[in-house]
Amino acid sequence: MSIDMSQFHQVFFEECFEGLEAMEAGLLNLNIDDIDPEVINTIFRGAHSIKGGSGTFGFNNVADFTHIMETLLDEMRDGRRQVTQIAINILLGSVDCLREMISSIQNEEEVDESRVAQHTADLDNELNGLAESTPPPSHKANVETIITETSELVSNTSEASDTNEETGWKIAFCPYLDLLKTGNDPVRMFRELSELGELTSLANIQDVPSLFEMDPEECNISWDLKVMGDIPLDEIEEIFNWVEGDCELDIQPIATKPTKKTAPPISEVAPEDEPEEAIETVAKEVSQPTQPEIIVEQPEVSKEIEPNAKPPTTATKEPNKKIQLDSDQSKLIVQVASSIRVDTSKIDALINMVGEVVITQSMLGLVGENFTMDKVDQLKKGLAQLERHTRDLQQSVMNVRMLPISFVFSRFPRLVHDISSKLGKKIELKLVGENTEIDKSVVELINDPLVHLIRNSLDHGIEMPANRIAAGKPETGTIELKAYHRGGHIVIEIIDDGHGMDRNKLIAKAVEKGLIDDTTVLTDKQAYELIFLPGFSTAEKLTDISGRGVGMDVVRRNIEALGGNIEISSELGHGTTIAIHLPLTLAILDGQSVAVGDETYIVPLVSIIESINITEKMLNKVAGKGETFRLRNQYIPIIRMHKIFNVQPSTKSKMGEGVIVVAEGQGVLCGLFVDDLLGQQQVVIKSLEANYRRVDGVSGATILGDGSVALILDVPGLVRFSNR
Amino acid sequence: MASILAVDDSASMRKMVTFTLKSAGYDVEEAVDGVDALEKAQSKQFDCIITDVNMPNKDGITLIKDLRAIANYKFTPMLTLTTESGMEKKMEGKAAGATGWIVKPFDPDQLLKTLKKVLG
Repeated sequence: MSIDMSQFHQVFFEECFEGLEAMEAGLLNLNIDDIDPEVINTIFRGAHSIKGGSGTFGFNNVADFTHIMETLLDEMRDGRRQVTQIAINILLGSVDCLREMISSIQNEEEVDESRVAQHTADLDNELNGLAESTPPPSHKANVETIITETSELVSNTSEASDTNEETGWKIAFCPYLDLLKTGNDPVRMFRELSELGELTSLANIQDVPSLFEMDPEECNISWDLKVMGDIPLDEIEEIFNWVEGDCELDIQPIATKPTKKTAPPISEVAPEDEPEEAIETVAKEVSQPTQPEIIVEQPEVSKEIEPNAKPPTTATKEPNKKIQLDSDQSKLIVQVASSIRVDTSKIDALINMVGEVVITQSMLGLVGENFTMDKVDQLKKGLAQLERHTRDLQQSVMNVRMLPISFVFSRFPRLVHDISSKLGKKIELKLVGENTEIDKSVVELINDPLVHLIRNSLDHGIEMPANRIAAGKPETGTIELKAYHRGGHIVIEIIDDGHGMDRNKLIAKAVEKGLIDDTTVLTDKQAYELIFLPGFSTAEKLTDISGRGVGMDVVRRNIEALGGNIEISSELGHGTTIAIHLPLTLAILDGQSVAVGDETYIVPLVSIIESINITEKMLNKVAGKGETFRLRNQYIPIIRMHKIFNVQPSTKSKMGEGVIVVAEGQGVLCGLFVDDLLGQQQVVIKSLEANYRRVDGVSGATILGDGSVALILDVPGLVRFSNR
Repeated sequence: MASILAVDDSASMRKMVTFTLKSAGYDVEEAVDGVDALEKAQSKQFDCIITDVNMPNKDGITLIKDLRAIANYKFTPMLTLTTESGMEKKMEGKAAGATGWIVKPFDPDQLLKTLKKVLG
């Protein structure tokens, strides 16, 4: 049967990546002073599964590579090898290498052979290093088994050609009482034997006890069997392979007179127990005159012999070729396929909701069929139900796209491990709230900014161990990566207990770089935010770890592009907390619709602080800089929306008749002056850039219930726009 | 047609085994580890069990031991999927009551051929 193996490749690749992640996490968790066997076992299992799968699916280079890793891990697991930091680092390197190999294969790219070779060499050295220090164990044993295996192969090969002229086998098969209890059944074995050749069996039942004493679960019968035909010994042995140790077995060739058309000289040279030399002569002779005859006579048998006569490697290579062809055909499909793993319960919820919607729909259909005015109530009820179900359905669909943030977080233990050892710092990473769910698209985009922020904390935040001790802190620094939901947002916090940010140093630096005036008065918060200015870097020297000061402004821009914001709080000497607020999804937004003249705009609910009504008297006009009003203890600039969008206001621009929506963007408050508040609703975001072009102050558009288009306001953009 | 329980923690291997067996007409169910398998085997009688050895929660060897202790599975053929290097695993499997083994890596034809040894 031919089965297209490439259909399993995608699953296999995903599984590999998962396995690699588990291995990596395990390796990082290993404490060399106190080894947890279960952790080693987990790591081993990862390598083992990848090896098994890659062998089966024909990725032999992956299988070979993981084999060495597996051997190393196996020794660690059995306690034959000490777990050292060096070994862990080598294994971590191999995990990386393997990951690259697999993604190259997945993308149909060339595997970086030199890198693989280097890691293979590293692993080999680690394995062999053991052989020198503690003499004999496994690696050498491995070599030995390989040798014996090959010698077996050699002998099998010679046997295979040599048994060609045998005419049958005599088998004495005497099972032990417990043979049946392993699920082996002599009847099935005989059936197989009979497929090889003509079988005669003679059962010895003298040991069978009387019916009263007999235990039907025991095997009391032994057999004398004869199979006739040109059958290689190993085919017979294979049948009894599984019962080895559960029976007494004696297989002897039957050397009868040639009954078939075998060449006469051969039977003469081949008596019962041939010396090796004889085998050789036989083999030679057989190879010339008789071979063609046999092939003509018994084509099936000779075919069957072929794979057995060859070493198994060639036998397994053939399917591999097939796989490669198959995967060539599916090249395009594999590249496009990007799948998402969804919890079954989510799918069930979805199906359940669809069912509800269908029921409501049929109910409404029924109402509409013979509609009379007295059914209005029923209709309203049905519509309300439909609305509820649609909302739930939407929620369920969105849920399908939600992934736990651990997808992002799981990469960081490795990052922290690598960088902290490079820097000579001791740092512990704590992950909190890994199961917090977030939209898949956000997951993909948040990784790079987070990497940057964590590198910053590692490099600039946490002090060297000596400095920490001097400051009276524990030697090991802590970075906490925390995720939780708040409102319609997910908050990701990076908290370090390093030396915090020095506002004076920050200001001095910014002045020196000419980013601000030395007369500027800044609050603490504004001072911290200086690091987001392009071209700002506080590290005394540039390192390859946290970049060249081009990063933080990009980080901020990326996060704002996701509709989120980033906040810093810091205490000198005690550490820094960076909080990122992100929307749960990029596709749907909770919005407040506001009226400006005849137009409707949507203000993202998350950016709204409050909405108030003020009178003209409360306004303060600043010459050349617009208007502000005083809200409690701060002055807030006012942006008149109808001016910005050039819309005729319905309120004739009188302050007392409209509403001020106080909104926040980039840490700056502003008051958006609109005609009226209309209502809150969830809106589906349509990209303006994709359909029109980018417009300052507008982040997208949506379609309202009446079919008209409303623009979604981008508050930070509006602030920038109105400042110009 | 005979019903088979395929136990493997690796989804790709499980899929491959299941697909192969199903296309050969067998009735196949999957289990992700020994615990899952034991539960499924108790709720339905299978004619054959094919199990991976290395699995979390409950490994293949323990699974076979546990199954052999159940009257309904005393004589049921149970095969382990094992790597070529694991001779001691083969023997450990046998000691636990496994009928035989299938050596990884294998291709679909090998799998079916081996299965014919114990079914029917």
